[in-house]
Amino acid sequence: MNFEFTEEQLMIRQAARDFAQRELIVDVLERDEKGIYPTQHVKMLAELGFLGMLVDPQYDGGGMDTVSYVLAMEEISKIDASVSVIMSVNNSLVCYGIQEFGTEEQKQKYLKPLARGETTGAFLLSEPEAGSDATSQKTTAEDKGDHYLVNGTKNWITCGSSAGTYVVIAQTYPEKAHRGINALIVERNSPGISVGPHENKMGLRSSDTNSVMFTDVKVPKENRIGEDGFGFKFAMKTLEGGRIGIAAQALGIAAGAFERSVQYAKERKAFGTLIGNHQAIAFKLADMAVKIENARNLCLKAAWLKDQNQPYGIASAMAKQYAADIAMEVTTEAVQIHGGYGYVKEYHVERLMREAKLTQIYEGTSEIQKIVISRDVLKD
Amino acid sequence: MKILVCISNVPDTTTRIAIGPDGKSISTAGIQWIINPWDELALTRALELKDVGRVTEVVVANVGPTLTEATLRKALATGADRALRVNTEPTDAWSVAINLAELIKNEAFDVILCGIESSDHNGSVVGGLLAGILDMNIISSVSGLDIEGDTLKVQREIAGGKELHETSAPVVLVVQKGIALAPRIPSMRGIMMARTKPLLTSDPVSSEPMTATAQLFMPKAKGACRMVDAENAGDLIRLLHEEAKVI
Amino acid sequence: MSILVYTENREGKFKKQSFELVSYAHALAQLAGREVIALSVGEVADDELKQLGEYGASRIIAIDYSGHLESRNFSKLIHHWVGALGPDIVLFADNNTGKSLAGGVAARLKAGVVSGVSGLPISMEPFILSKMVYTGKVNAQIQINTHHKVVLLAGNSFGVHTNPVTSIIEHHNIVAELASPSSELLSTEMQKGKILLSEAEVVVSGGRGMKGPENWGPIEELAGLLGAATACTRPVSDEGWRPHTEHVGQTGKVINPNIYFAFGISGAIQHVAGVSRSKVIVAVNKDPEAAIFSVADYGIVGDVNQALPQLIAAAKTLKDNA
Repeated sequence: MNFEFTEEQLMIRQAARDFAQRELIVDVLERDEKGIYPTQHVKMLAELGFLGMLVDPQYDGGGMDTVSYVLAMEEISKIDASVSVIMSVNNSLVCYGIQEFGTEEQKQKYLKPLARGETTGAFLLSEPEAGSDATSQKTTAEDKGDHYLVNGTKNWITCGSSAGTYVVIAQTYPEKAHRGINALIVERNSPGISVGPHENKMGLRSSDTNSVMFTDVKVPKENRIGEDGFGFKFAMKTLEGGRIGIAAQALGIAAGAFERSVQYAKERKAFGTLIGNHQAIAFKLADMAVKIENARNLCLKAAWLKDQNQPYGIASAMAKQYAADIAMEVTTEAVQIHGGYGYVKEYHVERLMREAKLTQIYEGTSEIQKIVISRDVLKD
Repeated sequence: MKILVCISNVPDTTTRIAIGPDGKSISTAGIQWIINPWDELALTRALELKDVGRVTEVVVANVGPTLTEATLRKALATGADRALRVNTEPTDAWSVAINLAELIKNEAFDVILCGIESSDHNGSVVGGLLAGILDMNIISSVSGLDIEGDTLKVQREIAGGKELHETSAPVVLVVQKGIALAPRIPSMRGIMMARTKPLLTSDPVSSEPMTATAQLFMPKAKGACRMVDAENAGDLIRLLHEEAKVI
Repeated sequence: MSILVYTENREGKFKKQSFELVSYAHALAQLAGREVIALSVGEVADDELKQLGEYGASRIIAIDYSGHLESRNFSKLIHHWVGALGPDIVLFADNNTGKSLAGGVAARLKAGVVSGVSGLPISMEPFILSKMVYTGKVNAQIQINTHHKVVLLAGNSFGVHTNPVTSIIEHHNIVAELASPSSELLSTEMQKGKILLSEAEVVVSGGRGMKGPENWGPIEELAGLLGAATACTRPVSDEGWRPHTEHVGQTGKVINPNIYFAFGISGAIQHVAGVSRSKVIVAVNKDPEAAIFSVADYGIVGDVNQALPQLIAAAKTLKDNA
């Protein structure tokens, strides 16, 4: 056992912290209020190499380990989860999927610009009638010999409008159910794609979430990832890693709210003393600290397993379910500690509370994670 | 042009400082070490000049024990080409300067950049001592640097104004805020490349300490703040005049 | 033995810090039984040179030189006079000029050097000085072990005190051996009519709580009435509301005026580090729990935009009655 970070991991954490506390903090409230996409910040993320930090250097990535990724995600999410979700989707869903299962040509053509952050990716799985249930895909990818013809609608797509490269999950052989699903790389500007308006969300308001409609969109055969019918397995494998990113995001949201609460407890006075001297507040902070430490350890354990090439699907489900749930608890308590100030936007914690809610919903709800965990617990 | 950036390893500026049991040094337990903020700005400017092809190599140097290597590696990750460390715990500004001077005697640099002070001892004399030992020219309080061919254009802050100097190399420049907008953050690529960049260690030259810390102590806590009613804000001026006698 | 003081002038007029430095040297000379010698370089009229005697310099060495001396040669020149006059203590003001010269002089003398000194030495034998380290967080007593001692005195830390003595003025040309210059001063640009932050006895400063650069009018007006310099916090200069030369704090300027007005400044530790040595701190902030009140001597909890006009009116009345 060794709980020590390497010098490099600490350096990455510091780089992410500096970026977040210097750049992201500046207009985060305004971006949230008005739902402004963080164009400049995504450019900076690309220059710093965060958008492709997990990608192999031979495909222009940073070649960093998953532990470093968790540390960076936490720091960025402390300040702005709208930015960290873009980093998470690009790294752990889109880039990971293409690097792990794509062909050399696909890596040269699509992975490299994604790793450099010249364009970002989106992962198109959810549908109007299938969010958590990935087996029932209504979007179809009809085999037309040298290409697929894609038709259907995808919903709740993070970066649906801003992304340049889509990974689309679609049904080719309805009769084969989930074994007939394919994963296709689709260019955002292909004819026949129309993107719905930016969803007016509760939290993560500055990252774009859209529905995407496909009408007879031609996708070359060479853009299929893996063997014919590999799509469902591809989606499940990819989501296993994606969970680590969102778990770390939830952790960061919780830690951000916690840090603000500690600061506030050391500055704000009530009944003639700092509120941190009141046990009612002090114990809340203790409970928050323990939950965050637990979540952090679960995230790092899942990341470590992935780095060791060991199975991490259950560990990442545990990390995501726990971190998301405690993010909701911790941010709610943070608002409580801040009292009236917590309920106004200037103090950030109400925003973090709104952001926390989404981590219990997307990339597999907390309930879906419990299904994954309980199936494992009960298996023979 | 080849630039040497002298780097000091200091406690993070947000660190709470506690005095050690000897009463002459601070307690280092739990301290996070960083590149001295002014040195970091100097490094950033050197790297910006390298980006635009005005500088061929950026080398960083530190006089300090093994502990400071993390700071030097961060400088490498930020973009410096190589690092030099003189392996000794410096006793005062003189011991830092004499050891840096030794490095510069062994290898020629065109520009030597030092931060105007370090946020630990706030000495602000290393650059001056270094230039004195090497008998080089020095320009201090530098807030702007450009290189045109063999000539350096240096903007210097003076009380109430600015001076523009033109100088040839070699020169010691002591830089302050303004030299670069914000310290550069290391990129993932930079951190990866730092793994293979050279960090060479050398032995110190011996020197007698010229100064020594006799004692450290914490400043006295301030008395209570006297509050003036916001409705009678003007009364404050009267208090400052009659009671505090400062205006 | 003697104390040598480098007294800086600008366009033939001594800076306030030069008079403070001579006042300090005089007090030090009383303790140590030494003579105070002032060294002036540049074209300074005898009437102006004589003023140094008012503060305690009994011997004034005036080097009549009208050109620009680069720092290396300036240090050599001062070093030469240390050799010729034999002082054991050499004093500089801790400002941009002092910082660029003291190290070079100390290196050539192989002398211990201490900057940012405030107050007279705690002890002459051994020679121990007081200064702040860790940017205002810790007091230090630093001992100089060498025969020659080079000291940089923090501005406005001792004050200007008159101690009239009979003084002799000696005019000299440069006789020291100088290197051929490697640099040239191309131009100088001075801000007109502004009171220097480093020399100001009163400083009026604003933070983010001022809400925007358009609200700085009252700050400048109050500063004008009080003969004060204006300053700001780091976020304010980073946002470009004010020039970075006004930034006081850990990575900006460290100042110690008699009075520091903090308007809409929360009192972050990095900011306080730059102003904590002010003799009196006045804070105006709408948040009663702002950290600035824990370091302030006087405070007003309220809107800066309402407090400022009242303060301006009161300052006008005070000025009219004076």
